[in-house]
Amino acid sequence: MKIHLKIWRQKDSQSKGVFKEYILDDVHQEMSFLEMLDTLNIKLVKKGEHPVEFDHDCREGICGQCGVMINGIAHGPLKNTTTCQLHMRSFKDGDTIYVEPFKAAAFPVVRDLKINRSSLDHIITSGGYVSVDTGQAPEANTIPITNEIAEAAFDSAACIGCGACVASCKNSSAALFTGAKITQLELLPQGQKETRKRVVAMVNQMEEEGFGHCTNTEACLR
Amino acid sequence: MRQVNTGKVSLYARHEMLDLVLIDGKAKGIIARNLDTGNVERHGAHAVVLATGGFGKIYYLSTLAMGCNVSAIWRAHKKGAFMANPSWTQIHPTCLPQSGEYQSKLTLMSESLRNDGRIWVPKDKNETRKANDIPEEERDYYLERKYPAFGNLAPRDIASRSAKEQIDEGKGVGELKNAVYLDFSRALKEYGKDVIVERYGNLFLMYKKITDIDAYLEPMKISPAAHFSMGGLWVDYELMTTIPGLFAIGEANFSDHGANRLGANSLLQACVDGYFVLPYTLQNFLADEIKNPKTDINHPEFDKAEEAVKRQMEGFLATKGNKTAEEFHKVLGSELYDKCGLSRSKEGLEKAIENIRELRKEFKENLIVPGNASEVNSELEKAGRVADYMEIAELMCVDALQREESCGAHFRIEYQTEEGEAKRDDANFCYSSAYEWNKNPSTPILNKENLTFETVTPSVRSYK
Repeated sequence: MKIHLKIWRQKDSQSKGVFKEYILDDVHQEMSFLEMLDTLNIKLVKKGEHPVEFDHDCREGICGQCGVMINGIAHGPLKNTTTCQLHMRSFKDGDTIYVEPFKAAAFPVVRDLKINRSSLDHIITSGGYVSVDTGQAPEANTIPITNEIAEAAFDSAACIGCGACVASCKNSSAALFTGAKITQLELLPQGQKETRKRVVAMVNQMEEEGFGHCTNTEACLR
Repeated sequence: MRQVNTGKVSLYARHEMLDLVLIDGKAKGIIARNLDTGNVERHGAHAVVLATGGFGKIYYLSTLAMGCNVSAIWRAHKKGAFMANPSWTQIHPTCLPQSGEYQSKLTLMSESLRNDGRIWVPKDKNETRKANDIPEEERDYYLERKYPAFGNLAPRDIASRSAKEQIDEGKGVGELKNAVYLDFSRALKEYGKDVIVERYGNLFLMYKKITDIDAYLEPMKISPAAHFSMGGLWVDYELMTTIPGLFAIGEANFSDHGANRLGANSLLQACVDGYFVLPYTLQNFLADEIKNPKTDINHPEFDKAEEAVKRQMEGFLATKGNKTAEEFHKVLGSELYDKCGLSRSKEGLEKAIENIRELRKEFKENLIVPGNASEVNSELEKAGRVADYMEIAELMCVDALQREESCGAHFRIEYQTEEGEAKRDDANFCYSSAYEWNKNPSTPILNKENLTFETVTPSVRSYK
């Protein structure tokens, strides 16, 4: 199928960005969104142009690198689906697709669609852990945890830190990201001791990085 | 991250190691490139630990992340660290098949699916019906047939090789006839959908996202794909390489797995090497070193290494040919998968070595990398990685060629039993091969580390 692309091109964090237009004639439905960008990039490089820079690594939805805004929606039209797991069958022949980086004050653009998410690392660094050395593995039965609690904690731990919640929020808040880590550790006995200290440290850090606050409009859940 | 907060650890995210720096024969630092700025940096240290993972991505299509590469350990190898058993690659049986030339990876579906899924192909290679329309008696549950004691849970090398046999015989399924069925209909009937959803719900969802097929209604299609490098830098029991002060942990080293890694053992190795071994053995080395002053990054050895790295990048940029690094990688990957993958032969490996040398020559003359070295430039990053892949690919073939036996994931078609099973030759090949870099990629020196078994005797595996 034929796809019209309007892609944000920005040389570095200091430069001004613009949308550039590209047309691809031979897009297959089975291609992932990133594979579609790969084919564009091979064409650009062969012409001696700089390829569209975008972050990606695992391409199976777990590394949290590949998020971009697709037609104004973080990771595109499918729910709970990262950009790499989005396939071109979600689009029609002749569609125009706008592709932009996640935009937030705390996510400076590195180049084109690449952004720097170190600010999320800093939030974790400020308290997203248990302050006890691991040491030898203890006997598993000394701290009983029910399956329901383990599963609930795991659900929160499943946040991949992609930053889509920030990109979707009118306040550019990282409350969902920060809250996920706080909830995961609060649910488990190993994490409970430090909850108060952790919440204050992580929320303060979130603010310091330039993320906004949550106003509970749940834009990040849509 | 707690250690980062205490100031004990500094993180340099999005940096790539481009060379190892040796001073008086000891590992004293690295040259790295900041991928966000293009700056080449020097880092000095009392010791260097590589935890840079495996290089299964050399096959291009693999279950690995796109950024996985061999560069850190290969460049350490070229500075003197021995590379052991480079040809031993695990090919995982339960991955999604290739659907077209543009495909960039083969997603791994968890092994756990084989607990309840049954693997089969149609008996007739001209079969055209849909999976659900093929009656039971016209299906070949080949793992259950060949290995009744283990059935669908046969080990990875056996399951992968058996799938390849069926596909090579023309019985593969799917549009490209490159897959086998993994069928849950019996488990769904036996346990009910709720149980299957609880066990594998996330995997079925992922399968649906990628293929648009509902595996609750029809069988999944799976195929083998490169997954894990059992070879890597040779290390001693302290996890130190042949270069004093250079350590390699996890998949980057060759230890623990032999020729056939068992499921879950890479996580185990990560924990054992990282938590339980290195924190103690590194101290043994540092005990004599820490009193020495901090490494001076203005030492002439750093100048030399940095210059070499910059020269290589300038070389890539100046070639101005017509083929991208990605395109070279695809050709190399399919050559390796074909001739140094699931099954190998003398003839195939010799041909592969010839072809790889040709490809390396073409890479020198016809590579295209746009832009420059002092900016974000993913094409330049790839060029460096593919250049290293081109070199270790030959060593993998050399290693597979010299090992005239079948052993674990290394299957030489000349060395098999009448029933088509691997035939080991313990009298002549009971060793780890550890290669020494010798001027160029075509003249490695082989060292043999004999394996001695004190409490167990190696026997022949049987899953019949």
